[in-house]
Amino acid sequence: MARVVVDVMLKPEILDPQGQAVQRALPRLGFTGIADVRQGKRFELELEGPVDDAALARIREAAETFLANTVIEDFTVRVEEEAK
Amino acid sequence: MTTRVGVVTFPGSLDDRDAQRAVRLAGAEPVALWHRDKDLHQVDAVVLPGGFSYGDYLRCGAISRFSPVMDTIIEQAKLGMPVLGICNGFQVLCESHLLPGALTRNDSLHFVCRDQKLRIENAGTAWTRDYSAGQEIVVPLKNGEGRFVADAHVLDELEAEGRVVARYLDVNPNGSYRDIAGITNAAGNVVGLMPHPEHAVEPLTGPTTEGLGFFTSVLKQLVNA
Repeated sequence: MARVVVDVMLKPEILDPQGQAVQRALPRLGFTGIADVRQGKRFELELEGPVDDAALARIREAAETFLANTVIEDFTVRVEEEAK
Repeated sequence: MTTRVGVVTFPGSLDDRDAQRAVRLAGAEPVALWHRDKDLHQVDAVVLPGGFSYGDYLRCGAISRFSPVMDTIIEQAKLGMPVLGICNGFQVLCESHLLPGALTRNDSLHFVCRDQKLRIENAGTAWTRDYSAGQEIVVPLKNGEGRFVADAHVLDELEAEGRVVARYLDVNPNGSYRDIAGITNAAGNVVGLMPHPEHAVEPLTGPTTEGLGFFTSVLKQLVNA
């Protein structure tokens, strides 16, 4: 089975208070030198059929209409190497 | 004939019963609508209530927006049927693109629950005509993701067209841009509001009864139509 990964991130101009909270907690745990954190979502889609252009187009459509809210979020779609 | 106002129940809706009660107190007949039923049962207007539909999974309102009942509501809203989305209902309206912008995590990261002072900015919508522009009211507010955001162009457009329906006064509880608590579409029949007027309709349970005006407004709108 082929896996397609959709990553969804808040647009850069949208405040990410969750990411900020994570970033502020890091130094307290001794993880220094991290200037910024933004938190997103990762969707792993297991396809029944082959990953062809048509399948990817459908996944982009799903990402655009449902997985991401393009008012506030950007997304990327990529094919993950097939597991042996 | 009594005016019929539908109140949708999604899995995870919380305030559907309170919204029905507010509709009844305003003098209309509340009609329970079920998320899987496309039929609106001859209602004249619809309230999308607060709560955590589908557990707020994916994004607040994102899954409800694709429920069968929403197909019909979106279609009818575009034809002019009054629709009020409160809290989670506001999130559903934004996800449906009936209203612009989006509602994101409160800037404080805290769930906020308080009696909130608001100023009614637009008393010309289907849901606010019983108020006067500039009127201040206090109704409960309770949200974790109530921060209204939109790009500057959309915000300017909302302001210029008088489509900001209500603004937070004294305290901005969630970091909403320009203190926006509620907005309307260009036609004025669709209103989204983060605070909860349906919890301020009776002295016994509400801080005021100043929320009732949203529900009496739509009655007048429909009777005069």
